[in-house]
Amino acid sequence: MASDLAFHRLLKPLLFLACLAPCARLLWGIQTDDLGPNPLETVTHTTGDWALRLLLVTLAMTPLRRLVHAAWPLRLRRMLGLFAFFYACLHFATWLVLDQELRWSDIVVDIGKRPYVTVGFAAWLLLVPLALTSTRRAMRRLGRRWSQLHKLVYLATLLAVVHYLWLVKADLRDPLLYAAVFAGLMLLRVPWRWLFQERRTPRRGEMSGG
Amino acid sequence: MLIKIRRPWELKESSVTPEPHFRQRRKLLQAAAAAGVGAAMPAIARVAPPKQGRRLSNVRDSEWGRELEPTDFDDITSYNNFLELGAGKRAPARNADKLRTRPWSIRVNGACEKPGQIDIEDILRKIPQEERIYRFRCVEAWGMIVPWDGFSLGTLLKRFEPTSKARYVAFETLYDPEHLPGQRRNILDWPYREGLRMDEAMHPLTMLVTGVYGMELPAQNGAPLRLIVPWKYGFKSIKSIVGIYFVEKEPATTWAALQPEEYGFYANVNPEVDHPRWSQKYERRIGEGLFARKHKTLKFNGYAEEVAHLYKGMDLRKFY
Repeated sequence: MASDLAFHRLLKPLLFLACLAPCARLLWGIQTDDLGPNPLETVTHTTGDWALRLLLVTLAMTPLRRLVHAAWPLRLRRMLGLFAFFYACLHFATWLVLDQELRWSDIVVDIGKRPYVTVGFAAWLLLVPLALTSTRRAMRRLGRRWSQLHKLVYLATLLAVVHYLWLVKADLRDPLLYAAVFAGLMLLRVPWRWLFQERRTPRRGEMSGG
Repeated sequence: MLIKIRRPWELKESSVTPEPHFRQRRKLLQAAAAAGVGAAMPAIARVAPPKQGRRLSNVRDSEWGRELEPTDFDDITSYNNFLELGAGKRAPARNADKLRTRPWSIRVNGACEKPGQIDIEDILRKIPQEERIYRFRCVEAWGMIVPWDGFSLGTLLKRFEPTSKARYVAFETLYDPEHLPGQRRNILDWPYREGLRMDEAMHPLTMLVTGVYGMELPAQNGAPLRLIVPWKYGFKSIKSIVGIYFVEKEPATTWAALQPEEYGFYANVNPEVDHPRWSQKYERRIGEGLFARKHKTLKFNGYAEEVAHLYKGMDLRKFY
């Protein structure tokens, strides 16, 4: 099929490269010493931003499928989700190695003591089993439990949004924007039609009874 | 007017040359060569001059921080927390041209014998300015080394003759949403307010700053007049001051009022007292690059010898 060919030869590879672009820019920035006065902050924020953005883009694929009446959004979902995990790992590793300088006692204390670190760490932790079970084989082996397990992505994204909200000092505009997008994507998942029908059904019953 | 004081480092310098001094000297030589003045370069210019801005006249040298190597001018003036000029570290420099710093006067009143106003031009002309290289430590766990130009706050305060009721000094930033666009949104309770205990305010280290690197203070750094209290976290050092008031009770301060469990009135740099969100044990030095090790934060930001006595007997965990 021509559209299938376009998908495999064009859309997917292009998206793959696009997902790598933020990482490439950071590497280039490190190479050219062009990450601003506080490069650690730039790396931390960039990787964190893209982890969250890509989580939201991943969550947008299911509603998008319904919108375009095609299967291709679902076939991009795994790649996008894995890229979200990739940036989450870079974000976490940056914190561990460059920010905390692998002082493990401080790291454990920070995870336990500072709420925004706790939820950020929890969000990353929740993504680990999802990345590990992202293969076709795991999908087959887990069967129905696979989709149950992968519902954890909602919780992980929620925690990531909270992580952002709690670390900001005063200007909540950016984290609130992400929170709004997340809320919107969740609202799209509410089975409105089903709720609507549920409400209508008894009425029909009443009418037939009368 | 100017009294020549024999400087304590003059002898030391001829004996051993520690590496930072050596590097500073190289910078001086490079700067001198670049300016084409060679031997005529006064000893005052220890650091490479910035490329832009208006040079302050009559800034004399001081002994403060001669052992420290200053952060680059470009970093000091492009990485700022000044919410009045925008959120994010880069926004204040971008919006710098919006702030009008002339005419500018500061009203000083409250518990004092001679309340009044003082114009920024009078401050620049009549009060001798000196360069002091201080450590600057933000509560967000980063730091800089800044060659500030200015004078001890006490010099100005004494002119207004504070009375015995003046136990604290309160400061206020300009409120002008037209020229400080960040104030158009209620991120903070504008205008920004800060305060010091009288003995902190009169401490010779406490500075009113009019410039950096010998240049007039850029807007993003709090032009035309800001406070610098080097042993306290940066948020105490209020920018673009228009009001100074002598008061009897501890004044409300912006961050402490917004989040009292995170920000206190004292805000002394202290690696032993954690901020709920940032460990204060270490700090990242701006300009040192991505892979540089962090520095251990020093109690009172390295000024314990000068200021620790101010807090004798106080529980610094309680009065954070």
